[in-house]
Amino acid sequence: MSATRLFYDDSQSGAVGVKLSGPWLLGGDLPSADSIVGRLAQTPKPASLSFETDELTDWDTGLVTTLIAILQGAEKNDVQVDVSGLPDGAQRLIVLALAVKEREGARRRIVKKGFLESIGESVLSALDESKKLLTFTGELILSFGRFARGKATFLRSDLFQYCQDAGAAALPIVSLISFLIGMIFAFVGIMQLNMFGAGIFTANLVAIAMIREMSAIMTAIIMAGRTGAAYAAQIGTMKVNEEVDALTTLGMNPFDFLVTPRIIALVIMMPLLTMYSSLMGIIGGAAVGLVMLDVTFVQYVQQTIDAVGLNSLFGGLFKAIVYGSLVALAGCQQGMACGNSALAVGQSTTKAVVMGIVLIVVSAALLTVIYINLGV
Amino acid sequence: MPVNDPHIVATNLTMAYGDFLIQKDLNFTINRSDIFIIMGGSGCGKSTLLKVMIGLKSPATGDVFYDGKPFWQSPESEQESLKRKFGTLFQSGALWSSMTLAENIGLALKQYTNLSDAEIREVAAYKLMLVGLAGFEDYYPNEISGGMKKRAGLARAMALDPEILFFDEPSAGLDPISAKLLDDLILELRESLGTTVVIVTHELASIFAIGNNSVFLDPDTKTQLATGDPNELRDFHSNFIVRNFLRRGEEEEQVA
Repeated sequence: MSATRLFYDDSQSGAVGVKLSGPWLLGGDLPSADSIVGRLAQTPKPASLSFETDELTDWDTGLVTTLIAILQGAEKNDVQVDVSGLPDGAQRLIVLALAVKEREGARRRIVKKGFLESIGESVLSALDESKKLLTFTGELILSFGRFARGKATFLRSDLFQYCQDAGAAALPIVSLISFLIGMIFAFVGIMQLNMFGAGIFTANLVAIAMIREMSAIMTAIIMAGRTGAAYAAQIGTMKVNEEVDALTTLGMNPFDFLVTPRIIALVIMMPLLTMYSSLMGIIGGAAVGLVMLDVTFVQYVQQTIDAVGLNSLFGGLFKAIVYGSLVALAGCQQGMACGNSALAVGQSTTKAVVMGIVLIVVSAALLTVIYINLGV
Repeated sequence: MPVNDPHIVATNLTMAYGDFLIQKDLNFTINRSDIFIIMGGSGCGKSTLLKVMIGLKSPATGDVFYDGKPFWQSPESEQESLKRKFGTLFQSGALWSSMTLAENIGLALKQYTNLSDAEIREVAAYKLMLVGLAGFEDYYPNEISGGMKKRAGLARAMALDPEILFFDEPSAGLDPISAKLLDDLILELRESLGTTVVIVTHELASIFAIGNNSVFLDPDTKTQLATGDPNELRDFHSNFIVRNFLRRGEEEEQVA
């Protein structure tokens, strides 16, 4: 069997004869067309090109791609090509492949961006994103206005369903995490405070930390991963399926129907969940405290009651409302901004969670500063 | 055939996504009770034109007049009330997946009429019977087949007894028999209710079977090449591209 080879013969003046031999199969060690294309560009330019394939034993796409490269080289250099020497099937495939000319401007040009250019672009896109978020917030305020005037179109049963999903259904995970966090605080507190003989103050530490800060922030992060992501995915999928368009064409505002009830549900449920989370945290702390400290149950409870003021409680609940609305806002905004593919739904879900958590942490920092200045 | 009574008139419509021009200078008239076909090769902007007509996407210039009233120049409240006279069947049905078929159909009735829940359910059952889905009231969209979803989508589009029905590729993804049944259903609705029907499609069989008016959009010149009865366009239109399209590319090229 002859080896796979490609060579040309330009001994005759003005004509190049290309000779192909052996098996030309994809995955085999195929010679490149570069030598021939290079020859076509050299002076003296050949006037014509022909093929000889008597020793070609077998061929597939590997042959045709090589031939197309040669033919394109020939076209660029205005060389006449005679394809009659090629196998019949290959000739027909080449005709088919070259039948429709490349549409002008259709090919994507991949431009390498400079460092400054990519910085500029990301700044612009960040500006664009925040503009979208502002527009969304504006729409949301209008929609709340319609709700307040009783003019909004939505289903009461939907609202109850959203409350159920964002509230009761989240209880197990909130219980688990709050209980464990309460225990961790108690461990750390007992280790440190016992050194001063002030172990009983662990009760204060756990109660204040849970009620003022941790319950709201932990619950909010759980809700960002649970409910914020669900909102983005639900609304995003509805966009992909044209379900949102179907609402619009019936003259129903998708904001009133899809977004505002979800946000209301989370804003109602977040303070309730946060209160529950505080309770679970305190129980977790007590479980550790009662075992490791030399105190009675009544003492521990009394210490906890004395530690917590109403301002701590309301401070914590206010935070819960703020975080809840931010998580719901991020989820719904990403859902409504979702593109038109399965990939886009995944991206907006991811973005909803990331944005939700960033908004929670930033607003937590701001609120802490405000609380300190107000003396809460 | 219906008397000439212009129902929908598009004037100088130009559509674009940002700087990217889709179609320009579209002018056509749809008479009452017409079955109007929006046709053209893939990617020529048929669905975009439909979106402009049903109020989902604003045109770059021009307007669509319904009974002489401009849609896009009207204030939002006017647009909402115009939209209520439309029924739209989306390509995949676009049924709301969290609701049963009866709830899908009933939602608009609940919003815009004073009917009681029992009456709404009755209407929903009747609309489902019309499209051949009697007894499927309590099914969810993911429990029925693609063809059934389309028919259920049609039942929802008809919920408010619209004056105009819009269809986005009604026969896409249907087997030939289901597609034929859907065509028959559209004809039947036009006959019995006098509804004006606007259909985006490139199914030639449907075009000739039910269309009596049309516009042909061309992706290369980015404008309309022809408007009128598709049967006449196929036989007599002067433009080769139009005749060729309507004959599945079997017209031999003479003088273009």
